[in-house]
Amino acid sequence: MSTDTMNALVLIANFILVPGITYGSQLALGALGITLVYAVLRFSNFAHGDTMAYGCMFTILATWWLQSIGVSLGPLPTALLAIPFGIAMTAILVIVFDKLVYKHYREQKSSPIVFVIASVGVMFVTNGLVRFIIGPNDQQFSDGMRFLVRARDFKKATGLDEGLTIKLTQGLTVGIAIIAMLSLFYFLQRTRTGKAMRAYSDNEDLALLSGIDPKKVVLVTWLLVAALTTLAGVLYGLDKSFKPFTYFQLLLPMFAAAIVGGVGKPLGAILGGFIVAFSEILLTYAYKKLIGYIAGERPDGLVQLLSTDYKFAVSFMILVVVLLWRPTGILRGKSI
Amino acid sequence: MSLLVGESMVGGYGKTTILHNCTIQVDRGEIAVIVGPNGAGKSTAMKALFGMLDLSEGAVTLDGENITSLSPQERVTKGMGFVPQTNNVFVSMSVEENLQMGAFTRDDDFQDTIDQVYELFPILGEKRKQAAGELSGGQRQQVAVGRALMTKPTVLMLDEPTAGVSPIVMDELFDRIMEVRNTGIAVLMVEQNARQALEIADTGYVLVTGENKYTDTGAALLADAEVRKTFLGG
Amino acid sequence: MNNLLKGILGFGVVGVCLFFVGTMQSWTLAFTIINLCLISAVMALGVNIQWGYAGLFNVGIAGFTALGGLAAMLVSTPPVVGAWQAGGVQLGISFLALLAVIAAMIVMRKLIPAGKLRSLFTVLIIVGGFFFIRYFYAPAVESIESFDSARSGFLGGLGAPILFSWIVGGFFAAGAAWLIGKISLGLRSDYLAIATLGISEIIIAIMKNEDWLSRGVKNVSGLPRPVPYEIELQKEGWFIERVSAFYESSLPLEEAARSDALQQKLVEASSLFVKLCYTGLFLAVLVLLLWLAHRAQKAPWGRMMRAIRDNEDAANAMGKNVTRRHLQVFVVGSAVVGIAGAMLTTLEGQLTPSTYNPLRYTFLIWAMVIIGGSGNNMGSVLGAFIVWFGWIQAEPLGQWAIDYSTAWMGDSHALRAHMLENASHMRLVIMGIILLMVMRFSPRGLLPENNRE
Repeated sequence: MSTDTMNALVLIANFILVPGITYGSQLALGALGITLVYAVLRFSNFAHGDTMAYGCMFTILATWWLQSIGVSLGPLPTALLAIPFGIAMTAILVIVFDKLVYKHYREQKSSPIVFVIASVGVMFVTNGLVRFIIGPNDQQFSDGMRFLVRARDFKKATGLDEGLTIKLTQGLTVGIAIIAMLSLFYFLQRTRTGKAMRAYSDNEDLALLSGIDPKKVVLVTWLLVAALTTLAGVLYGLDKSFKPFTYFQLLLPMFAAAIVGGVGKPLGAILGGFIVAFSEILLTYAYKKLIGYIAGERPDGLVQLLSTDYKFAVSFMILVVVLLWRPTGILRGKSI
Repeated sequence: MSLLVGESMVGGYGKTTILHNCTIQVDRGEIAVIVGPNGAGKSTAMKALFGMLDLSEGAVTLDGENITSLSPQERVTKGMGFVPQTNNVFVSMSVEENLQMGAFTRDDDFQDTIDQVYELFPILGEKRKQAAGELSGGQRQQVAVGRALMTKPTVLMLDEPTAGVSPIVMDELFDRIMEVRNTGIAVLMVEQNARQALEIADTGYVLVTGENKYTDTGAALLADAEVRKTFLGG
Repeated sequence: MNNLLKGILGFGVVGVCLFFVGTMQSWTLAFTIINLCLISAVMALGVNIQWGYAGLFNVGIAGFTALGGLAAMLVSTPPVVGAWQAGGVQLGISFLALLAVIAAMIVMRKLIPAGKLRSLFTVLIIVGGFFFIRYFYAPAVESIESFDSARSGFLGGLGAPILFSWIVGGFFAAGAAWLIGKISLGLRSDYLAIATLGISEIIIAIMKNEDWLSRGVKNVSGLPRPVPYEIELQKEGWFIERVSAFYESSLPLEEAARSDALQQKLVEASSLFVKLCYTGLFLAVLVLLLWLAHRAQKAPWGRMMRAIRDNEDAANAMGKNVTRRHLQVFVVGSAVVGIAGAMLTTLEGQLTPSTYNPLRYTFLIWAMVIIGGSGNNMGSVLGAFIVWFGWIQAEPLGQWAIDYSTAWMGDSHALRAHMLENASHMRLVIMGIILLMVMRFSPRGLLPENNRE
């Protein structure tokens, strides 16, 4: 293989594959939470992004406290130790909201849109709490080793012009996301409670007839949602940075991911997460250098299809295409 | 006294009364069939027996115990199995998982019950890993019956089990239901296909506007000229 | 208590509150609040048309408001001749290119039957068309944006009277709503909510980034007004006469002091007069829209809408095309929000794309509709007054409450400083809780819909 081809491949890996897989994993975890709420509680949870911010916020606060008393994980970010605390706080939040807000509408058998409006109310309360407690600004909480692979070392080792950078947080994101997804699937496919959840999602009346306790199913769902949102929030925050408004904006790509894959289908949420992430990156990447390596000559412009300012438009376009072409999503989810 | 008795039941939905003094009984190892014209309250009678609507008068007893005030779920634990007419399987789950969900209230090892269901419905054993939603209509009904059998009920109630299946499949389903009966279970079903159902019925109930019109053995009802003319189309 | 009494009581309480603001703070402030209340009321009316009449949930109110604002700017600013000369032709060509691509798509879809080949050509035309349009569009944008970029760098507008834009804003919002409605109505009810959230973010992103169109984050300030300017008013003979007549008794007699005092009164009065002019305009729009909405609701169309909302299946069975009716009502409601958006930008006198915060606009308007009473137009208006007044006054009140309750900590305490700094965010929490409480315990709001048949 020629050096140019090698350089092109490294360029693709560095600017498309690595960020795409990382971002895709974060979106997939977020979309899984949305999908679980869809599947079991049957509504679009607009509070999801802010719940992510809430979980991440408590993880940050616990991280700061751990750092202040001198606890550290060495090369790994201290935040990993603080995640269980974040999950616990989020679990309390979502369960309190379920008891105070959603439970009533479940008992009334309200239409899905009423749940959606209630979730918008919940979103504002959560959003306000996050801003009140930690403020609306950017927060950094990443510590430990920064890189798994450094561009400089990579260039030295391979003798190529292009470098490959893999941040530790990117590696962690993918690793933790894989573990989380595998555990979730094990839980849903193999355990009694997991199967009861699927049964309840599939056919509520028959589940009740079979003696499945809906209260327990709802509780377990919220616990899973708390864990998934906090993980997604912390991994996104470690990788990029924590800012409450960014988490609100993640709502659109996460909804797009959940709908593209097939509403209520966990596998679809993961697939959707990666589709959205890669579409966003492929459409906003400047291809100038890459074309240079492949064609031997660099074009004048940046050769960027869309400015990064419009990355949310990508999720929207994907959403529109799916709604027009196959409203139930790629894996044929449910349509309520 | 029979195993399951719904005595002089009066009830309906909200203010509309559908059942007027309706009595249904079924005993162990017996098939009882409820037939009648549309809107006669056949399904309502069955729902009343299963606790899915409140009775204003009358009582339901199971093995001598009064269960009138119990919820459907509680009746399941008392030994009643119910197969709804529609949406009676978990379509996204495999056949085996459907059976497992049927046994959800059981804490003991129910593998032997699963094996018994596979013995009764061999096709389910072959397709145990397949999603129930991918099966044919007749096979789905077998999954539904199998699911209800998982609690080892003493009474099995079927709401129009042959609705929407072909005549051949219907015959096969009735064969299976007779086998279930032969294991000593009391079977109560509501049927649109009255003639075929009465052929296998030990007892038949003809309901009209929520009241017992005729009650006799299945064979006797089939032989009754009046019943034939009015309800079985000659 | 019937609705009329409740309404009088509700508006009475708001009126008294505003009177206190007028006498204790200042009348200028009172009318600033009233003007924003009126604009909010128009927005709430638009949302109520969608939610109350048809049960449609719109989470993109900020976007439709922004479109109205864009219209105000595009109608009123004078055209930038230099920018047009620099890139106008090319921009025109790229627009023609866009039309050509759309035409090619239509022709292709007529010629080729549905199938793989058609999908392939659809993708080809989209990708090819994208580059084709951009070939003209990118240089056009560059030359427009580089024209006197410190002061303009955009095409400007039509230079027409800004009042005209209130109608244009309505049409802009209606167009966006039609597009979104076409795509997402008739599917799951929450898809519309998600789609409106998306289009709203995109509209705002476009306004922030397409500098040639809206100057982006550089804002367009100094939009022409439909009402007099304070400075000119202070020089008008009739105005000075009126003001000095009004304050005759309180003005000092000594000449120099008198002139100073009069000047100060003139400044105050001119500012108040301008506010009053706006109030009059906004009130006229609100009353007109309320009257139209009332007429529509009483007409057969309104009865049908309610029938559809209350029982969609039955309406469907009766042969009513529910999706089509929903599209109508969604477009009309969004248009009203667009009108309000244009009014807001007119009042502010500048277009600032970065202020269209979805959390604030969308949410507050929803709170107004739900608290006021879904389905009742007067309820939405009352909700708008109460919520906006509360929102404005909650900030100093919350600040004061936290200041007072944490005073024991001492000024150097970090927690006290932190809470004081972030106090304003508690408004979101409190407003969210009020919304959830009203939804739960009084789901029909302050003024319930009274014509449920």
